[in-house]
Amino acid sequence: MSATVQTLEAMERPPVTMTSRLEGELLEVSMGPQHPSTHGVFRMNVALEGEIVRKLKPVFGYLHRNHEQIGEHTTYLGSMPYTDRLDYFCSMTNNWAYALSVEKLAAIEVPERAQYLRVILAELTRLQNHASLLGFLLSDMGAWGTPLMYAFREREKILDLFESLSGARMMCDYMRFGGCRVDASDEWLAAAKKIVDRFPKFLDEFGELILGNEIVIARTQNVGRLSADLAVSAGITGPMLRACGVNYDVRKVDGYGFYPRFKFRIPLGEHGDTYDRLMMRALEMRESVEILKQALALIQPGPILNSKVKIRAFRPPVGEAYGRIEAPKGELGFYLISDGGPNPYRYRVRPPSFINLTILEDMCLGHVVADVMVILGSVDIVMGEVDR
Amino acid sequence: MSEIDEKLRTELQRQGIWVTSMQELYNWGRKNSIWPLQFGLACCAIEMIATAASRYDIARFGGEVFRPSPRQADLMIVAGTVTKKMAPQIVRLYNQMADPKYVIAMGACAISGGPFKQGYNVLKGIDRYIPVDVYIPGCPPRPEALLHAFMELQRKIDGQKLTGTDKAEFLKPEQLSEFPVPKFGEHDLEPPANRDVFQPPKLERV
Repeated sequence: MSATVQTLEAMERPPVTMTSRLEGELLEVSMGPQHPSTHGVFRMNVALEGEIVRKLKPVFGYLHRNHEQIGEHTTYLGSMPYTDRLDYFCSMTNNWAYALSVEKLAAIEVPERAQYLRVILAELTRLQNHASLLGFLLSDMGAWGTPLMYAFREREKILDLFESLSGARMMCDYMRFGGCRVDASDEWLAAAKKIVDRFPKFLDEFGELILGNEIVIARTQNVGRLSADLAVSAGITGPMLRACGVNYDVRKVDGYGFYPRFKFRIPLGEHGDTYDRLMMRALEMRESVEILKQALALIQPGPILNSKVKIRAFRPPVGEAYGRIEAPKGELGFYLISDGGPNPYRYRVRPPSFINLTILEDMCLGHVVADVMVILGSVDIVMGEVDR
Repeated sequence: MSEIDEKLRTELQRQGIWVTSMQELYNWGRKNSIWPLQFGLACCAIEMIATAASRYDIARFGGEVFRPSPRQADLMIVAGTVTKKMAPQIVRLYNQMADPKYVIAMGACAISGGPFKQGYNVLKGIDRYIPVDVYIPGCPPRPEALLHAFMELQRKIDGQKLTGTDKAEFLKPEQLSEFPVPKFGEHDLEPPANRDVFQPPKLERV
């Protein structure tokens, strides 16, 4: 991998004026696992020259909860609640990715209403994930509290919707193989429509407050640049890849679910820096609102669960399948190998945040320590998914 | 220090004189300014943030000052799954906190390992290494449940005595406030549990 070490001159930063006897020597600092800005129990060993990062080594595994092994020892349906706890911000999209791969494995059809419900819930998840990400990112930059309060105000409204539908705020466990668990009432759909219609108002408000802010621009523009070539060769997906200008969205590429029926655009960045990644989330939320408006208008009454699927003693035929979706953080995939038994022979998760995190060093080299937190925040990681 | 006669106190209050004892004043101050350690482990940490955020607003109970340093914190909210890799760090953080210190075990994982109990890398409850004051069940517990645990802790602090034979544990000089940090052994953490704190439940056979 070609590490791009940026020189100080290239970054147009004032040269270090303080001299010390340690000049030229590297100071090794361990950041994390208990750190207010590492988004969980993530640790980085950073070698510093003054304030400049010269080396960065991530240390994983502080939240390794044996997800894959547990998945291989429980039934197919028994793994569904565990997928909620992978990326605990987006339980609905995790459920969908897992359900999709089992549906591929056992060739199960999904009824129309369930497909629409899945799209609605996945896009609502994207809204709340991106909103809270922007809040967290700004707290990492030092705007401690206020943007997060605005973001969580919107998130709570969406969590109320999830709770009234599935019974849980965060761990929804909502999808089933061949459909969804509970049907949405007309009142629920009306409430969802109300929240979706009001969401652009929040985006305008948040955008006015934040996105043009001078400090935000100074802290993010030209910080943590990622080239499109490196991003593609490292397997980066999601908003991070699109911020580099690569047009790749699994919703368009695979067209899973009913996404081909909707009209929406994929926002693309240009520079691949932190500001582009931040803007990518803001723009994607607007597109999600468009999808939600269409889905809420198109949804028709009907069955929500394929009645031919066995819930108990579910045994898919021998074979293997890989189902992937565009989760809010990138391409989330589940790879399952079935030997005809009640539990998978192999159960593998392709976690977007873990793979997006692998190029953290390439983005951070040459920047100051304070920028590392901002770059890490813009990657959008959740440790439950990174360590599994 | 004797308890104040309630009748006398109300009478004095009516006259515009507010009487209190050192213990009451001290505990009143302590219970309304609990500073939690800003420290999230897993899913429950998001509900902890939600508790601190706009809707639930833990500031109503005086607990909004989340401190990133254990030296400044009074309360450790163990929010999430404790893995065997993370457990030594948590015990070390607890040791670094200044007395009086309290622990809330938030969620099924922190209590017992929860849904991940069968995992080879998951600690079966943080109470194996450090004493826990309040346990909150749930996966994850709702913000209201965390607020309830917070209020229970305030009740506990309110009832702690400063003097006498039944004074609070942290005031006794012989009381341990630091616990040995477990190390990685060949198969498990060494020791697997701190016997000073944790006694495995005994099965009573009839």
